[in-house]
Amino acid sequence: MRHSRKFASLAAASVLAMTLAACSGGGSSGGSSSGGLSGDAGANLDGRGPITYVQGKDNSNVVRPLVDKWNAAHPTEKVTFKEQSDKADQQHDDLVQNFQAKNANYDVVDVDVVWTAEFAAKGWLQPLKDKMAFDTTGFLPATVATATYKNTLYAAPQTSDGGLLYYRKDLVPTPPKTWDEMMSMCSIAKAKGIDCYAGQFAQYEGLTVNAAEAINTAGGVIVDKDGKPAVNTPEAKAGLSNLVNAFKDGNIPKQAITYQEEQGRQSFESGKLLFLRNWPYVYNLAKTDGSSVVKDTFGIAPLPGKTGPGASSLGGHNIAMSVYSKHKATAMDFMKFMTSQETEKFYATQGSLAPVLSALYTDKDLVAKLPYLPVLLTSIQNAVPRPVSPFYPAVTQAVQVNAYAALKGDKSVDQALTDMQAALTAAGSQ
Amino acid sequence: MSMQAEPLTRRGKKGTGAGPENKEVGQDRKQKTQGRAAALLIIPSMIVLGIVIVYPVIEAIVMSLQKDAGLDPVTGTFVAGGFAGFYNYIHWILQQCNTPNGQASCPAGTLGSQFWSATGTTFLLTVVSVALETVIGFWMAIIMSRTFRGRGALRAAVLVPWAIPTAVTAKLWFFIFAFDGIANTLFHTSILWTGSEVPARSAIIIADVWKTTPFMALLILAGLQMIPDQVYEAAKVDGATAWQRFRLITLPLVKPALMVAILFRTLDALRMYDLPAIMTGGANGTTTLSILVVNQIRVGFNSAAALSTITFLIIFIVAFIFVRFLGANAVESATNSGKAK
Amino acid sequence: MSATTLDPAAAKSVARRRERWSSSRTYISAAIILIWCLLPFYWMIVTAFRDVGYTFDPTPWFTHVTWDNFTTVFSESLGNHFAQNLLNSLIVATVTTAVALLFGVFAAYALARLEFRFKFLVLGFVLGASMFPGVAIVTPLFQLFTNIGWFGTYQALIIPNISFVLPLTVYTLTSFFREMPWELEEAARIDGCTQGEAFRKVIMPLAAPAVFTTAILAFIGAWNEFLIASQLSSEATKTVTVAIAYFAGSQPHQEPYTAVMAAGTVVTIPLVILVLVFQRKIVAGLTAGAVK
Repeated sequence: MRHSRKFASLAAASVLAMTLAACSGGGSSGGSSSGGLSGDAGANLDGRGPITYVQGKDNSNVVRPLVDKWNAAHPTEKVTFKEQSDKADQQHDDLVQNFQAKNANYDVVDVDVVWTAEFAAKGWLQPLKDKMAFDTTGFLPATVATATYKNTLYAAPQTSDGGLLYYRKDLVPTPPKTWDEMMSMCSIAKAKGIDCYAGQFAQYEGLTVNAAEAINTAGGVIVDKDGKPAVNTPEAKAGLSNLVNAFKDGNIPKQAITYQEEQGRQSFESGKLLFLRNWPYVYNLAKTDGSSVVKDTFGIAPLPGKTGPGASSLGGHNIAMSVYSKHKATAMDFMKFMTSQETEKFYATQGSLAPVLSALYTDKDLVAKLPYLPVLLTSIQNAVPRPVSPFYPAVTQAVQVNAYAALKGDKSVDQALTDMQAALTAAGSQ
Repeated sequence: MSMQAEPLTRRGKKGTGAGPENKEVGQDRKQKTQGRAAALLIIPSMIVLGIVIVYPVIEAIVMSLQKDAGLDPVTGTFVAGGFAGFYNYIHWILQQCNTPNGQASCPAGTLGSQFWSATGTTFLLTVVSVALETVIGFWMAIIMSRTFRGRGALRAAVLVPWAIPTAVTAKLWFFIFAFDGIANTLFHTSILWTGSEVPARSAIIIADVWKTTPFMALLILAGLQMIPDQVYEAAKVDGATAWQRFRLITLPLVKPALMVAILFRTLDALRMYDLPAIMTGGANGTTTLSILVVNQIRVGFNSAAALSTITFLIIFIVAFIFVRFLGANAVESATNSGKAK
Repeated sequence: MSATTLDPAAAKSVARRRERWSSSRTYISAAIILIWCLLPFYWMIVTAFRDVGYTFDPTPWFTHVTWDNFTTVFSESLGNHFAQNLLNSLIVATVTTAVALLFGVFAAYALARLEFRFKFLVLGFVLGASMFPGVAIVTPLFQLFTNIGWFGTYQALIIPNISFVLPLTVYTLTSFFREMPWELEEAARIDGCTQGEAFRKVIMPLAAPAVFTTAILAFIGAWNEFLIASQLSSEATKTVTVAIAYFAGSQPHQEPYTAVMAAGTVVTIPLVILVLVFQRKIVAGLTAGAVK
């Protein structure tokens, strides 16, 4: 009795205190709820002056020299570089916070390819049309697709990324062209006592990438041309089954269920893996890492497909302009500068970031420096962007959770795809 | 034995002084004059908590009653959702989602389908972690309270796990529990620590226990130090065994500190985020309520606000149970200046 | 000690043997605790000193030792300002601890010592403050602080931090103050001290272990805060926890484990020193406590 009375008053205290503060707090309902948040896409189009460029951690010191170069040439339109965290989630959340607060100081922002649709639909990105049109001639089409939402361009592709197949050329003289061919080569791995194939299969964004690749390669899609989920097809089933069966057969080692990019790289570099699906970054590290035993014995190839090259998922970033920017003319110039051929080349040489301009993939200097470029070009030319959806976080959850359950054998492929379809549908209709 | 402990715990009561016969009158006047002083002393804390906690919480509750922005199918832009009533709450608690065919139970792979499993996971992780932390923390505190060479170093060492920022701790354990990581190497095992439910949860619990036991140990140690040595010595003279001394002196006297420690650890553990988020990403039955909130924030803030409020209520109920049934009278022992007992 | 001297000679040797056994048990326990607490930390240091090219090498002792990771952590040319970040964390955590302790002592004194109405309301409110998921507080706070121009200021970090550590501070101190021998305070007042003086000169020394313990808990809590700092700090006020999240590998997708572990080591050491310093105060509090 005693206790409950006290607790009741304790409860009343918290509630009362909250109610009181409600009166003084004011009821501004910010957050992503307010539909009227979108800034004026027609304002400040001719504005010139200092701007800020926002990007995630500048891993290899590429952005700072570029900004310095720009500032030397544009003393009245200086760019301040605002560096964000290295973690994609934190970059995303930081952008959302500042867009919600209509921060005019986030003039030009670097957005992951998978966020572009969300930010565009929220009305935060300046549409690149009419007066603000941006010429995408010479850009790889798949990269432009990631920056396009509802047939309008909202960002300029800046860097790209595609999946490569790393293989042991000392054990497999010619890399497999198709998935079936690769699976048949797993006997070589077995004979050597090493694992055959791995990608990124832990439950995180990397699994969406890998599951999408499997499904797209088999001729399926995750969302169709109209943006409707369509994973309940025989093609999608064939794609996901390829991964599931490889796990069952041991062609993909059981520990790959815990792999992100780095664990796969570790296994490959220590000579315990015959084939690895990973990003181009592995190339340099596998050549130079002290602990790498495959320095001279690995090669790269396009991802294996059904008959020819497989359909890679597309990574990379786009550069976009905030609708809240006061100096959009400067911002536009800066975006052009950051996607120019010269800048792109600097990105590639200095930061090993894959260019978005097709011409650079055959540039002799560049290929000499980054020998994987021709292969990567094939990969990106056959790439399929991850679903362009304003609900991407929900979309990727739907794919990850169900694909993971199928890979682990907790669900049949059919069940997983049925659930995935339902979850994707729910994601789009909230 | 308990008789000897009594005077100590009752000291506060004795201190207030008023004799039983004129208690009522004295108490009343005293309350008035002390009330003003108390208000002055308490106001600074209330103001800070008001700004930082109350305002955002109200804001969240208001937003939780709004629908999340929906997509205009024609323009493809978001439009405000409008008033939702308790829709967001119903969505979570009944795990009902909007589908083209109207309301239906949320399909696997949506956040909405994970509410109850996340609640269960949160409780499981909390109960196991806090229980282990209490037992190990008590043991550590007892060892640290003894006099021996190197005690200072031990105390500093014990704090190390707690001093490392959580994000670093989580990365460290993620690294330790990788398949080719040091844990499997050292013990010659090949456990997929983050690959299935039991090992994944165990890994998180191990990391959490490692990290937060020092918090428990330190608070309990402070409690132990408030017990004068004389009490133990008197007990020893009376021939009390070590267990009797622990049960009849240590435990009752440390109880207030212990309960504060357990209560706050529980409240904290119920909001656990970093460890599972970094170590497993919420896979294999390790999605906690906080992870669900964060994932939901990225899709829609209003619904996330509702989930936060539900989480708040759940934690509130736990605190209630603590106070009401387990006698975690952090509140009680802090306030009953005699009159309640 | 005094108990054993009273014992007769025969019992003495038994007691001594028992004492020796119990002291060696203490040492064994202490060793187990040390290993449990320090083994992962040891691994962290090993990784911190390991060549980045051998990041995943599971050799459990120091191999491929290098200072490179520490250089990276402090490398201005890579855009890291870790010294400044350390200073920021120090400022934020120190001010937070000082203010929270001051407010906490006030509140706890009132709660433990004074009679007033609504005591439960106050305690319930304080406890309720640590029940809401932190992530849900960030967005409204971000908007509030941006609106009043506090973004990137120290107070934008310190005030939320105070509110995060206050509930624990108030509860801990209240529960300890309840156990204080307040008649000593009364006695001091009879001797002519004011209530404030009596509290400061008589009670505070006795409460020292509790106060310093609380201080350490508050300081570490503030030192480790990440959520608020990641959203509300600017380049100039960034704290170490945020800075660590900004570490990156030399390549995209590359996890900067070695640098993160080096940073973790750098961050942990000041705290260990701090505890060693406070340690004396805790012991001092103990001897003062012996008076009672």
